Amino acid sequence: MKHSVSRRQMLATLGGLLAGLASLAAARTARGAVKKVLVTTKAPRGYDPHQHKWLMCFDVDKCIGCGLCVDACKTENHVPAGPMYFRTWIERYIIKKPEPGSGKTRGEVLVDSPNGGRDGFPPTTVPREEILKAFFVPKLCNLCEASPCTQVCPVGATFDAPDGAVLVDPNYCIGCGFCIQACPYGCRFLNPETRVAEKCTLCYHRITRGLKPACVEICPTEARIFGDLKHPVENDPIQAFIQKHRVHTLKPHLGTEPRVLYANLDKEVR
Amino acid sequence: MSAEATNAVNVVIETLPRFEGFVYPNESGPHPLWGFLIVIYPYITGLVAGAFIMASLVRVFRVKALEPVYRLSLLTALAFLLCAPLPLLFHLGHPERSYQIMITPHLTSPMAIFGFVYAWYLMAVLLLELWFDYRQDFVEWARITPGWRGIIYRAFTLGVTDTSERAVALDMKMSWIISIIGIPSAFLLHGYVGFIFGSIKANPWWGNVLMPIIFILSAMVSGIALCVFNYMVLSWVRRRELDMRCLDVMGMFLFYALVVDAAIEALDWIHRAYSAVEGFHVMEYMARERLFYTLSIGQLAVGTVVPLLLLGALQILRKRVPELFRKRIYFTSAVLILIGVFAMRWNVVMGGQYFSKSLRGVMSYKLEFAGVEGWFMGMILLALPFVILTVLIKLFLSEQLPTSGHVPHPPTAPLETGASAPRPAGA
Repeated sequence: MKHSVSRRQMLATLGGLLAGLASLAAARTARGAVKKVLVTTKAPRGYDPHQHKWLMCFDVDKCIGCGLCVDACKTENHVPAGPMYFRTWIERYIIKKPEPGSGKTRGEVLVDSPNGGRDGFPPTTVPREEILKAFFVPKLCNLCEASPCTQVCPVGATFDAPDGAVLVDPNYCIGCGFCIQACPYGCRFLNPETRVAEKCTLCYHRITRGLKPACVEICPTEARIFGDLKHPVENDPIQAFIQKHRVHTLKPHLGTEPRVLYANLDKEVR
Repeated sequence: MSAEATNAVNVVIETLPRFEGFVYPNESGPHPLWGFLIVIYPYITGLVAGAFIMASLVRVFRVKALEPVYRLSLLTALAFLLCAPLPLLFHLGHPERSYQIMITPHLTSPMAIFGFVYAWYLMAVLLLELWFDYRQDFVEWARITPGWRGIIYRAFTLGVTDTSERAVALDMKMSWIISIIGIPSAFLLHGYVGFIFGSIKANPWWGNVLMPIIFILSAMVSGIALCVFNYMVLSWVRRRELDMRCLDVMGMFLFYALVVDAAIEALDWIHRAYSAVEGFHVMEYMARERLFYTLSIGQLAVGTVVPLLLLGALQILRKRVPELFRKRIYFTSAVLILIGVFAMRWNVVMGGQYFSKSLRGVMSYKLEFAGVEGWFMGMILLALPFVILTVLIKLFLSEQLPTSGHVPHPPTAPLETGASAPRPAGA
């Protein structure tokens, strides 16, 4: 046979090339796995994430909508200015009285969050006598047990840390936005400067050094309760909060099992 | 007031009219996160899958009437597949890190599978099938064509120049096997695109078990329509007679695919409206107000009802309608369907971002001209596959070159008609 290459040889070569590429990919995957273990967070050397389980809870009745938490968060974490980038924000709910004779328990529900509540809230235009009740609800990452955002990340740049925080590795994120679509609570955004996904880290650089998150630190009414479930202190605020209140989570029907707990939540809050 | 505060106020004034009701602050940006590029991406991928299934009708299901468009369909699939990753790549915040999807895929993510599905489909299905189908021709063309084109053909033989009867029979057999593997692969390629949306439970517009099926069916419809379009345009450019039998059969498949597609999409809507779970009212409002032109006009009227009536009428009255009229109906239907399926992709991608996940408000969005997500860029990306296809047709469907004439058949009868006259050169 004068043929230079037979088809069989040709296919074998191609197959070999593919196998080579596949094994190369496997090696890179292994490297990536190691890299994920050694991922860079803002924790200090010696911090062991397995020794902690952080949790944030909210007492909705205590929030006065002053917006200090939003401002503290933006300042502390260098969150971009602008009314569409928030790691935490406050929503104001105004529930109007029902029309007389309508047979309903409540009227129209008005929700707003001007600039995330950072500058406080302007007086409402709804006359006082028409308001059934009004309240503020602070929001941040719900620290889901089954977090849909980490599930969908195509490269594993966002992950559930063993201490309960859900973090993003900004050096690894490709900026596809899939996690932002997957978060049911609107807690993520694409940072326009770094072009990667960003979210609440519970002020990871602070809590890993024994400090409270900036929003908790500044809250004047203690509406935000923060603690470590693995190391309850004496008169632990988290334990007291859970004992004292009937608590609820946001959108429980989605099966994301949020860990962030709310006391005194209204059914209108989603 | 500080500069930063002024800036923030300006942005508020600029963005506030873009939504009604309440939306989460992080959703209130001027643009949806996934813009025009992500509309184009499933559209192009769907055309690939559909065109391939069209080709498979010839090879696997032995629809002989479609032989004139077999190679054209495969080349169409290839041209569009080569462009499929571009919109994805351009929309990333960090395109330079995109290779991470391939080397450190996060296996619970539907998007992570993209690289593998894409590579599998390109390398293991399309290129291999084309190579086995063309190999005999490459050998011949390399021999008779001078200059750089001859060199190209020679390179494409990959050094395998055996054109004995046995070798060609083996080519055909391999091609047939790859086609059989290719059909589930095409379903995988586009079903998975549907799953990217269908898997998002946070979004009631997307999170839907029917989503992959709807994507596959609409892909088949759009792919067949594209083949009709390409075949008619190519014949017109080359001043060749159209093979009316082929066109009629394509029209028939187009009609039946459209019937099934429309039925499943209708089922989806009936189910949504009847179960009317949380959020249905905001979605209904959004569909009525924000998607009126693309949903009611584009997808429903232009893309479904009119082609269904046109093609359906032809199924009943085919013999009584003169050829010229039939040609015009097929062409019109194909173009309408291509527009309708594009509108469907728009409705899925944009519709999912036109309402807040708080289910309390709707957003709107004006497509801009410039920028990566602008419509000018989109038009370039939609035109690019046609440019590539033109080059492919010039090289591989050339009128100056004889074709081997072996028509694709399953291996049971590989060479019975092998010596028949060459196919029409327009094919």
